[in-house]
Amino acid sequence: MSSHRKLSYSLAINEALHQMMETDPTVFLIGQGVKSPWYVGDTAQGLLERFGTDRVIDTPVSENAMTGAAVGAALAGMRTVVVHPRMDFMFYAFDPIINEAANWYYMNGGKLSVPVVFWGIINRGGEQAAQHSQSLHGMFAHVPGLKVVMPATPYDAKGLMIAAIREPNPVVFIDDRWLYKLEEPVPEEIYEVEIGRGNVVKAGNDVTIVASSFMVQESIKASEILVKEGINIEIVDLRTVKPLDENLILASVRKTGRLVVVDGGWRTCGLAAEVSALVSERAFDALKAPVVRITLPDCPAPASATLEKAYYRTSTDIIQAVKSIIR
Amino acid sequence: MRSLGGNVNYPKDILVSFYRQMLLIRLCEESFVEPILAREVCCPCHLYSGEEAVAVGVCAALTERDYVFGNHRSHGHYLAKGGSMQEMVAEIFCREAGCSRGRGGSMHLIAPEVGMLGAAPIVAGTISLALGAALASTIRKDGRVAVSFFGDGATGEGVLYECMNFAALKKLPIIFVCENNYYATHMPIRECRVEREIHEIARPFGIESRQIDGNDVLQVYDAGLQAVEKCRSGNGPVFLECLTYRFRGHVGPDDNIQGSHTDIRPLDEIKLWREKDPIKRFGDYLVDQRITTQEELKMAREEIARTVKDAHNFARRTPLPRVEELEKYVFA
Repeated sequence: MSSHRKLSYSLAINEALHQMMETDPTVFLIGQGVKSPWYVGDTAQGLLERFGTDRVIDTPVSENAMTGAAVGAALAGMRTVVVHPRMDFMFYAFDPIINEAANWYYMNGGKLSVPVVFWGIINRGGEQAAQHSQSLHGMFAHVPGLKVVMPATPYDAKGLMIAAIREPNPVVFIDDRWLYKLEEPVPEEIYEVEIGRGNVVKAGNDVTIVASSFMVQESIKASEILVKEGINIEIVDLRTVKPLDENLILASVRKTGRLVVVDGGWRTCGLAAEVSALVSERAFDALKAPVVRITLPDCPAPASATLEKAYYRTSTDIIQAVKSIIR
Repeated sequence: MRSLGGNVNYPKDILVSFYRQMLLIRLCEESFVEPILAREVCCPCHLYSGEEAVAVGVCAALTERDYVFGNHRSHGHYLAKGGSMQEMVAEIFCREAGCSRGRGGSMHLIAPEVGMLGAAPIVAGTISLALGAALASTIRKDGRVAVSFFGDGATGEGVLYECMNFAALKKLPIIFVCENNYYATHMPIRECRVEREIHEIARPFGIESRQIDGNDVLQVYDAGLQAVEKCRSGNGPVFLECLTYRFRGHVGPDDNIQGSHTDIRPLDEIKLWREKDPIKRFGDYLVDQRITTQEELKMAREEIARTVKDAHNFARRTPLPRVEELEKYVFA
């Protein structure tokens, strides 16, 4: 029965939080708006009623201190989830995330690990403009000492949240409001999706698409159109941005000989650049065509819906890119 | 000179232990001067000489289960909380046997086994970590208290005010200990702050706040005990401004600006504070009160000097980290 139970992406996260808080008294959730659907959708629903204000802590607008408190609590033996309902505000918290949490284990010779989940929600579109739209995974992935995960499906959202909470080291968990209504069968029991493992969500022989988060869904849409034209793409869902599942990417490129990297972040020094560099260093001999990157332009997010439409990449861009290297 | 303001009725062993701990910190700090000048110690060292009464007084009011977070100038906090001197000296020599395995150096001292959860030089960067440790204590209801040591320079960072607000809002068991030594690196406090009475900054948050003589170990200990009691009984947080002075420059033995080999502070000011040396003051007090004798203090000094020397010998003969283990503590 459980294997057929469907759950939305946001409720899959919610279930992970319920189950982890129920089974581990050291887990707690802190962040702005955890008691407000307006902030976090239904990801935190029922938690406050069930676990109380000691373990479900809504906070003042103080990202730096609240994120630091999450890190400090983790150093003192808790397993902390700190949520940033718009990840743009995480810039205020770069000091505790990067200077402190990411470095703590290394710079203290492995004496103390930091079991904290920095949960950042991508919340864009709707003419929200530059400071209410950003995807910062590339910046976090640049930093030694942070694991970065970006689930694309409800199943992975639950399994990666559980894995992130159980992980002894800091994990940046990034989800996307555009995925919240997506539904699929999600097991009711507690399970982990291993951090650092990607997933081939669609097998194919012609072109490898490497994507993550929402762009996996756009890639699936593109594949459904391309297959009608006789083009079979293989879609590698990274699931974890850092550490990359290098072998999975390389194996796919060795099979297809062609690579399109699709990323919801900016172009320069971004995730797509990293995947391209990996393939050019380690599978250059397998490439039959230049690697193509589909990313946001190096441009802040605009407000105007007309400009937004030009800004965000879709299945159409993926289809064009695939066709450009298959001829 | 003000007299010692603390409670005089403590047992002799406690009083003598304060003296010994302060002296241990002082002799250990001063033992780095020559190795720094000889470039045997290369990592930036912010010596704590002159400020010992703060760390010793506050940490004496804590138990091993309580938490402490330090800053760039934390040799004293680490030692006062009970961290191993040998491991600290080895760390400052960047050896594998150091408390941070030679990955941290002077500014990253840690001893989780005694509640010293770490130190870091991003100014005010560890205040929120102590806040989180206090929050953990509240969630678990385990009665632990967290102490955040920071300097007057940290009062320029916004996160301190965020932390005070949240701590007051949740009545967290945290003691904010501001070691006001009147200089933020090279900047005198009058050039940094409109309000020079730092203890006043806690009042708008409804936090009990006191300014105390940070060179009087008994006054610090009394204030520490009261603050710990308030925190443990659910009436935290507490803010303590401890007025003190560093006898050395900001970094290295004399540098107030790294590399300049100068201390820009006025000589008469330095002289004035030398007369308020917390160790000499407390030693004189112990002798005056006939709690101990000059002879006993001299013996203590000789014994501690040997301990410090042993720690240096240990550090020097212990191996450096292995190059093959550069990435040993990397997980992502």
